[in-house]
This record gives sequence, C-alpha cells and structure tokens, in this order.
Amino acid sequence: MNSKVKLDDLNVHFGGTHAVKGVNIDFPANSVTAIIGPSGCGKSTVLRAVNRMHDMTPGAQVTGRILLDDTDIYGRGVDPVAIRRKIGMVFQKPNPFPAMSIYDNVIAGYKLNGRMRRDEADEIVESSLQRVALWDEVKDRLKSNAMELSGGQQQRLCIARTIAVRPEVILMDEPASALDPISTMKIEELIEELKERYTIIIVTHNMQQAARVSDVTAFFYLGELIECGVTKKIFTTPDRKQTEDYITGRFG
Amino acid sequence: MNTMTSANQPVVEQRTALRSLFLRNAKNTIMTLLMGGALLAVLFPLGLIFVHIMKMGLSSISLDFFLHIPRPTGEAGGGMANGMVGSMVLIGMASLLGIPVGIFGAIYLSEYGGSRISTVIRFCADVLSGIPSIITGMVVYSMLVVPMKGFSALAGAFALALIMIPIVLRTTEEQLKMVPISLREASLALGVPLWRTTLKVTLRSALTGVTTGILLAIARVAGETAPLIFTALGNQFWSSKLTQPIAALPLQIFSFAIAPYDDWHRLAWAGALVLVVTMFALSLTARYFGRTGHKN
Ligand SMILES: Nc1ncnc2c1ncn2[C@@H]1O[C@H](COP(=O)(O)OP(=O)(O)OP(=O)(O)O)[C@@H](O)[C@H]1O
Ligand SMILES: [Mg+2]
Repeated sequence: MNSKVKLDDLNVHFGGTHAVKGVNIDFPANSVTAIIGPSGCGKSTVLRAVNRMHDMTPGAQVTGRILLDDTDIYGRGVDPVAIRRKIGMVFQKPNPFPAMSIYDNVIAGYKLNGRMRRDEADEIVESSLQRVALWDEVKDRLKSNAMELSGGQQQRLCIARTIAVRPEVILMDEPASALDPISTMKIEELIEELKERYTIIIVTHNMQQAARVSDVTAFFYLGELIECGVTKKIFTTPDRKQTEDYITGRFG
Repeated sequence: MNTMTSANQPVVEQRTALRSLFLRNAKNTIMTLLMGGALLAVLFPLGLIFVHIMKMGLSSISLDFFLHIPRPTGEAGGGMANGMVGSMVLIGMASLLGIPVGIFGAIYLSEYGGSRISTVIRFCADVLSGIPSIITGMVVYSMLVVPMKGFSALAGAFALALIMIPIVLRTTEEQLKMVPISLREASLALGVPLWRTTLKVTLRSALTGVTTGILLAIARVAGETAPLIFTALGNQFWSSKLTQPIAALPLQIFSFAIAPYDDWHRLAWAGALVLVVTMFALSLTARYFGRTGHKN
C-alpha cells in the first residue's frame, strides 16, 4: 500500500511539555487508521498536527516532517489554508455553525470562502447529506437551524460539511464519543464507505470500534508510538506487551 | 424540623434546636430588610431624578423645541433643534472612527495579539477609559483645536471617539472571547483563512453582544458635556461646516441652565428630558440585544 500521509520524526512541544516524541507512521491511502491509547498520550495532538491546527496555539511547537503525498506540509512557503482544504477534520464534539441553517452548514466551506453557485450548492448539499445518510431525515427542513438537530445528526452534518469540500484526507477525533449506539453505528458504516475515496485517520477510545472500522491501528503511550500495524494483528498477536495490556484492559 | 426531632429526644436538645431555628429566622428577616433598604436606596434617587426631569421637562417641551434654534439672549420661545442635530452629527462622526477602531483593536487582542503587546494595549484602554472626560477635551484642544486654529465639529467628534474606543474595545474583546474555540477550528479546518474566519464566524457569532457594547458606548458619549467644551464649543446657530463650532444638546443644556432667564431654564429642562429619554431608549435597546444574544 502506498502511503498518503507520512509522519517523519514528528515532535510536538507545548512550552515545556514534550507531548509527541519522535513519531514515525505511514498512513496508507484509501484506508482507515485508528489511533488508540490512554488519555493524554498525545492522540489529538498528533491528529491536529496533520492539518496544522497547532498554528493557532500559542506556545505549540511542531518539528519533524509530515508528508502529504510528497510535500512536507510544514515546509517553507506551504500555505496552511491550502493544506486544510486537502485535509479535513471532524471534531470530538459536534460543532455545527450555530448561526447557520442545515443547508448553509453543509456548504459552509464554500460560503465562508465566498464562492458558490446556487445550482452547484443544491447539488453539493444533497449529495453530501446523502452520503452521511442524513438526507432523508432533514430534506424537508434544510432551512431550519442546525442546532435543532440531535447530537448524532449534528455530527453527521459536520462530516457532511467536511466531505462537501472534497478533501483527500479526513481526520476524526473521537467522532462518536458523544453519541448513542445507533448514531455510532451509522457513523461507523459511513467511515467504512468513505474510505473508498478518502484516507481516514480516526482517534478512538473504543477498542471494539477500532477493531471494527480500521485497517491499521497505532498504539500510543506517553507521547510515543509503541506499535503500529495491521489492525487484526494488533488485536490478536501484538508484538509489545504494553499494547496487549492496553487492548485487553489490563493496563497498570 | 418535625421529622428531625423525635419524641424520645432529650428536651434540652429540642430547645437548642428551637433556639437556633429562631435565630436563623431572625437573621433571615434582618438580611431581607437590609437588602430591601439597599434596593430602595438605589431606586429612590433614580426615581427622584426621573420624576423630576419628567415634571420639569414635560411642562416645558413643545413642538417648537424640536423645530427651532435658540432665540437671541433673553427672548422667549425658540428650541434646541440645532443642538439635537449637532449631537447626532458629533455622535455619528465619533462612531465612524470609534467603532471600527474599537472593533479591530478587539479583534487584534483576542485573535491575533501576542500576550505582551496585548497586555500593553489593554492597560492603555483601561487608563483611557478612566481619564476624566474634561481632560480628554483638553488634550484634543491642544492636539487639534490649536493647530487647526479654531473649535470644530471634527475636534468634538474626535474627543467623543476617544471616549468610545476603550468601551467598544473591551466589550467586543469580551464577546469575542466567549465564542467557543471549536467554532473557529470548525471554520479553519474547512480551509477558510483566519481573517475570513474572524469576520464571518467569530465576529458574526459575537454580533449581538458587540451591538450591545456599541449602543452602551453611544449612550455614554451622548450625554458627555465636558469634552465638548474645548472642542466643539457649541453654536447658537446652525453650522454648515465640520470645521466650524457646532451645537450639541448637552452643551446647550449647560449654557441655558446657567443663564439668568426663566425661559432658558425651561428649555434646559426640555433638553434634559430629551437626553434622558434618548439614553433610556439606548440602554433598553442594548439590554434587548444583550438578552437575545445570550440565547444562542
Ligand atoms: N494546548 C495545549 N497546551 C498545553 N499542553 C497541551 C495542549 N494540548 C495538549 N497538551 C498536552 O499534551 C498531551 C497530550 O494531549 P492530547 O490532547 O493529545 O491527549 P489525547 O491522547 O488526545 O487524550 P484524550 O484521550 O484525553 O483526548 C497532554 O499531556 C496535554 O496536557
Ligand atoms: Mg484527545
């Protein structure tokens, strides 16, 4: 498998905290990679480094390289805005734009950038909502406020918003942690479907979820990558004792 | 109480319990009375001012007040039309300068600024808002009026803008900080540049709160008299150029109230009524915006 995103000796510091320590991973194209590990081990920090979200955090320092195809996204002269158009992100808590309708939320990536033709918009809204299995639930109230949706619907709306701008990579930080089992199931089905077109990196605390949806799993502990490999292997015969202890819940 | 003390409890204990209940009730009553008194102490002067201005103003106000400019010294009749229009011109021009500067300053502080320079700006804004407005007037006098060789509407508006800036700046900054980071991130993650995110998402979400701040700033300067004395100066007539002295309602109230004519005193009261009602309306509107702002 050829890699879509590649972390090359990635380090992240927050002031004096060394949050991510010399991590190397290849994320294969058109596959789902799960990042697992105990709370505070640096999963979100790694994920946010991949679409340059740390640029906004005062005191955050990212070193090493992150290659998207063959360009270093931290390279000189690389525009973070262009990178984020190729690498979308879905956050842990659903965060639709509260002042916008469902319709406008889906095309927010276009509207906020000030370019969108009406007929084009209709089509993008319908196809994006179809793909996240939300269309039938909301097609009669596209103009109502996005905050009127349930948490699960909001999260699917946020995924629709992300795929509407046609990124190449989708980052998901515990996208189902605030959702009920049915919404979670729908999102997992969606991920399965999305990987045909996108490269997906998902952070999750839920071992079953990682086992169900991912092709590759990376286990982090205290800012270090302990083990990374094919999901089936990680969950059946991991190389490292720490990995085994964590996935079997015998963590000390 | 009844459920707590069972029949076989010693009598002494019951008595102590009763006494502490009595004490608690007494303390409660005293506190209620004290707070009621404090409430009255706040409301009474406010009510007194309002009733008095209503009484004096309503008996003096007339259509003429809104349509005419003051008559020559000592003559009966006339109004403060030029003062009201002048105030609007001054406030409008002050807003044109003060609101954008305040808002962009706030955006800088909350979205872009490094911590050191932000602290300095915040400190300056706080000092600026603490300076007595007569001093602001004096500074503008020596900065603008002297070099321009004359009192002018421009100088008056500039003095008012200096008072508005820190108010708009601090309220806007506070409102921007209340917008959750997750919204900014949602926008940035869609490949929207920071400046567009700031204008279309962050500021947009804070809009009602920012509007409240602006209205409060306008209400504040609408009644300012001191900073206009050395700058706009006042004018008995209509002024046609921004480089000339211009009338303003608070200035007219001031000069009419200290004049030795009963008729002018009446006009001053009418002016006071108009000013108070305007400020009251502005504050109410600001409150309304503040209220709806917190809902979403
Ligand atoms: N903005 C920040 N400033 C300072 N330290 C931070 C910041 N963000 C994260 N950290 C630190 O980096 C380390 C990793 O945090 P991170 O959020 O990546 O953990 P995580 O694995 O996502 O945990 P969780 O499963 O609880 O979400 C933690 O020690 C955290 O305190
Ligand atoms: Mg996290």
